[in-house]
Amino acid sequence: MSYFRPGFRHPELPKNDLGYTKQQYEGAISTLCAGCGHDSISAAIVQSVFELSIAPHQVAKLSGIGCSSKTPTYFLSNSHGFNSVHGRMPSVATGANLANRDMIYIGVSGDGDSASIGMGQFAHVVRRNLNMMYVVMNNGCYGLTKGQDSATADVGSRSKAGSVNRFEPIDLASVALQLGATFVARSFSGDKEQLVPLIKAALSHSGFALIDVVSPCVTFNNNPGSTKAYDYVRQHMQTTSLVDFVPMAEEITTAYGEGESRGVTMHDGSVIQLHKLRTEWNPEDRQSALNALAESRERGEVLTGLLYVERDSRELHETINSTRTPLRTLTEKELCPGSSALETINNSLR
Amino acid sequence: MRDPVVRGDGSTSIFWKLPLKPTDIQNGDYFHKVVDCQYACPAHTPVPEYIRLIAQGRYTDAYMINWVANVFPGVLGRTCDRPCEPACRRGRVEEQPVAICRLKRVAADNKSDVAERLPKVSVAPTGKKVALIGGGPASLTVARDLALCGHELHLFDEHSTAGGMMRCEIPSFRLPEEVLNEEVDYILDMGVQKHFNTLVTSLKGVLEQGYDAVFVGTGAPKGRDLPDLPGREEGAANIHVGLSWLANVAFGHVESIGRRVLVLGGGNTAMDCCRTARRLGGADVKVVVRSPFAEMKASPWEKEDAQHEGIPILDNHVPIDFVIESGKLVGMRFDRVHAIYDGAKRKLVSTGQPPVLLECDDVLIAIGQENSFPWIERDIGIEFDKWDLPALDEVTLQSSLPKVFFGGDAAFGPKNIITAVAQAHQAAVSMHLFLSGEDVRVRPSPGVSLVSQKMGIHEWIYDNIVINDERYVVPQVEVEAALSDRLLEVELGYEHAEALREALRCLNCDAQTVFTAERCIECDACVDVCPVDCINFLENDEEEALRQNLRIPAANLTQSLYVSGDLPNQTGRIMVKDENVCLHCGLCAERCPTAAWDMQKFLYTVTHAGQ
Ligand SMILES: Cc1cc2nc3c(=O)[nH]c(=O)nc-3n(C[C@H](O)[C@H](O)[C@H](O)COP(=O)(O)OP(=O)(O)OC[C@H]3O[C@@H](n4cnc5c(N)ncnc54)[C@H](O)[C@@H]3O)c2cc1C
Ligand SMILES: Cc1ncc(C[n+]2csc(CCOP(=O)(O)OP(=O)(O)O)c2C)c(N)n1
Ligand code: SF4
Ligand code: SF4
Ligand code: SF4
Ligand SMILES: [Mg+2]
Repeated sequence: MSYFRPGFRHPELPKNDLGYTKQQYEGAISTLCAGCGHDSISAAIVQSVFELSIAPHQVAKLSGIGCSSKTPTYFLSNSHGFNSVHGRMPSVATGANLANRDMIYIGVSGDGDSASIGMGQFAHVVRRNLNMMYVVMNNGCYGLTKGQDSATADVGSRSKAGSVNRFEPIDLASVALQLGATFVARSFSGDKEQLVPLIKAALSHSGFALIDVVSPCVTFNNNPGSTKAYDYVRQHMQTTSLVDFVPMAEEITTAYGEGESRGVTMHDGSVIQLHKLRTEWNPEDRQSALNALAESRERGEVLTGLLYVERDSRELHETINSTRTPLRTLTEKELCPGSSALETINNSLR
Repeated sequence: MRDPVVRGDGSTSIFWKLPLKPTDIQNGDYFHKVVDCQYACPAHTPVPEYIRLIAQGRYTDAYMINWVANVFPGVLGRTCDRPCEPACRRGRVEEQPVAICRLKRVAADNKSDVAERLPKVSVAPTGKKVALIGGGPASLTVARDLALCGHELHLFDEHSTAGGMMRCEIPSFRLPEEVLNEEVDYILDMGVQKHFNTLVTSLKGVLEQGYDAVFVGTGAPKGRDLPDLPGREEGAANIHVGLSWLANVAFGHVESIGRRVLVLGGGNTAMDCCRTARRLGGADVKVVVRSPFAEMKASPWEKEDAQHEGIPILDNHVPIDFVIESGKLVGMRFDRVHAIYDGAKRKLVSTGQPPVLLECDDVLIAIGQENSFPWIERDIGIEFDKWDLPALDEVTLQSSLPKVFFGGDAAFGPKNIITAVAQAHQAAVSMHLFLSGEDVRVRPSPGVSLVSQKMGIHEWIYDNIVINDERYVVPQVEVEAALSDRLLEVELGYEHAEALREALRCLNCDAQTVFTAERCIECDACVDVCPVDCINFLENDEEEALRQNLRIPAANLTQSLYVSGDLPNQTGRIMVKDENVCLHCGLCAERCPTAAWDMQKFLYTVTHAGQ
């Protein structure tokens, strides 16, 4: 564990629209194992939030328990954060979001945190379409408690100690699709070229955005026979398409042949630009995404990229018609509207 | 990778791009260049190596490393032109480089007696006789190197002792005599035969005395004058050539100067002249220079020191004449100019304003110095070029008369002490080869070594913590005290505590990041942790494109790219590291799960004569 990071940065670090460099988006130096995939995902989050010129104080980071759930300490130190209880990040995120819909919510969880103890919470946050980005740092094991198989470990995957997993895995991406998730993607910690645009798209999505990121645990699950090891994932990785994220107001410059390319315009006007699309797959068709996932699984591939997006999704606030104003700024006047307002409500219920 | 290019006539050619080859780190030159300070030092002093020793309080060890490389650590720690400092990597990540030069002084000031550590002549006499003409740093360096080879050395100088311009020109308030004497004596005590108070007037005469080799280290002793400026002759009693005037002060022949003094010139000699004048009774001393202030030749710190002593510098003033009244100098007139640039060429053009009269009692002319070899006969086989400088081989410093070698200011014109030392080491190598009957062009290779610094999982033998401290200012004596005593050293040198902090500012650029491609699993940990975004994994390309494609484009072309071979994952990428602002913090190696990165100390030493 390294404990010290120098204060100097590259003198030519680029600045974003807010005049900040990437340094303003960094976190404390990581205490995870050297080479942990989770650190790469943290770096991808830093890069994405920086490039989107989001002010750090507008972001809230929420997490459960696990090595993965520790990572919010290692990115966006200038943002708000809540490291909650094992598997309970969705509840805390829901509460925070309902109290203030103006913030950007980044939830970070692990495969243990989401697919075991937190499975119930996960299911409900998906079906409610809470407006947040939910990143699962998926290493197929409980890293923090020394590498026990998690519920996302593949059948036949071999642990470091040599035992072979005999239980069917939970595929969080498929489950999310079935529960009505409005943005689903999968990626790999070792592929920032794909991961960064996906994070940017997820942050721009209005509604629940899941990114299931395969993230090798170098210490307990990077051995031969593991299906979540660096070399295994590299050898078995397939993509639905190449992804580019083009922020609002920026010109699309990459040219691709007809039929090969497709743009998905997001709620805020930005565009997810997809190239070299997989046949039979339509990013806006839930069933084709489920099919593609099933077929890949059959072939032993790890399907990555954008899987599904619903551009006009109704996030939770819109469904329950809650106030646009953050609760902390509501005054007594709005909170106690008086007896005539009560009368109106009562009348509406008669 | 190929780019079809359609020519004007419609035909197409395909050019194969040449991706970069993996860096050959076995070749010592690669890592040598990464240690910017050492690379820039003409004598290649192992800078980070001695700075670490200072941080550990091992001053004597730090001194000896310097002594071996540059012969005059105590002198250079006060006076060096420090080409290393502008090169220092720290100056590229923050305002100021490490105070490399003044740390050298810390080692010299705080060392214990080094007598026991000085090398003893341990070889049998070779019977070869060598004459060294001129007793400056160049000849003294040759003497030190050749004494250890067993040759019989005869040192000639016109003055009463050795030191050259270090003694005659550099004023004592910058370089106390005791400091100089100590380091000169280390060499004279190595069995050198002294011929002082001896002006050599004929090289032919020297050669006739049966020397097997001769080294010419007579410097560039002639100060430039303004012989044609009106009034020069009439005012001669109060117009002095700076170089000789400084020497006269040094030897006690001159003890005072008029109240109002003008110093002409913008180089370091002018700065020494004006500061000396202030100490000899010059209450109103001005430096007058032709060029704009920013273009003056003097080092920035010399200019600062002069201004600090209440000496104004008037720039853009071109002298017109000396003003003489009743046969006595009363002032000088100057034309005010401004600089006009045509590309790199500069022209000083009159502003058309009326001339300025500056009244004065004395003028010191410090506008440059020249070589002069009236004592070398032109018919003994030594060729001279069109500038009347000896035609020399730049590497071996051998003249066209094989047994005669040159070095220091005598070789390629006036430079500085460290250049004189560096050239003298090379001349000594040549002379020893020559005296041994070997080819002077077959040079010994430098010593190089590379040693892992790993001590524990995240512990290194060197101190890899990068501190944020800004450069420490060297304390000085009060101006008033300084001006009242010509011999009082102005700079006090760092105290121990400041020296330690200043030493810790060094980034340890000799702790090299060594990459083993076969081990890398491309987890990106090193890329993510590197605080200055040096490390990249990307597709290979031609250098120009590759530099452009890095996370932060590698715009500093003087800095190398470290390029790996193919990686085991077959992702089609390679590792490319831009050396430019690497902090040598070791985080990449700490975060690498497979030890594909290691921090290894690279030591480069120049091989001296007989080693
Ligand atoms: C005012 C001034 C300040 C300087 N300050 C610095 C400084 O701060 N830092 C720095 O690095 N450099 C400085 N220099 C430059 C530096 O002193 C020289 O570059 C350096 O001393 C050159 O060394 P050298 O051995 O080649 O010759 P020199 O030091 O010039 O030594 C040559 C010696 O040979 C003697 N000699 C010459 N001809 C004969 C002869 N025919 N017979 C016998 N003896 C002879 C000379 O008298 C002299 O003693 C300064 C120079 C001047 C003029
Ligand atoms: C209520 C509760 N039960 C069990 C634990 C023990 N525990 C800590 S982390 C963890 C699993 C974490 O796995 P995952 O979410 O995949 O994170 P990783 O460390 O693999 O990134 C468990 C079971 C706990 N902290 N709290
Ligand atoms: S135990 Fe595994 S998941 Fe946890 S920090 Fe180490 S490598 Fe990462
Ligand atoms: S030592 Fe490694 S981590 Fe540190 S600056 Fe250099 S390349 Fe980056
Ligand atoms: S940390 Fe090591 S293994 Fe990982 S990418 Fe860097 S060099 Fe390769
Ligand atoms: Mg896990």
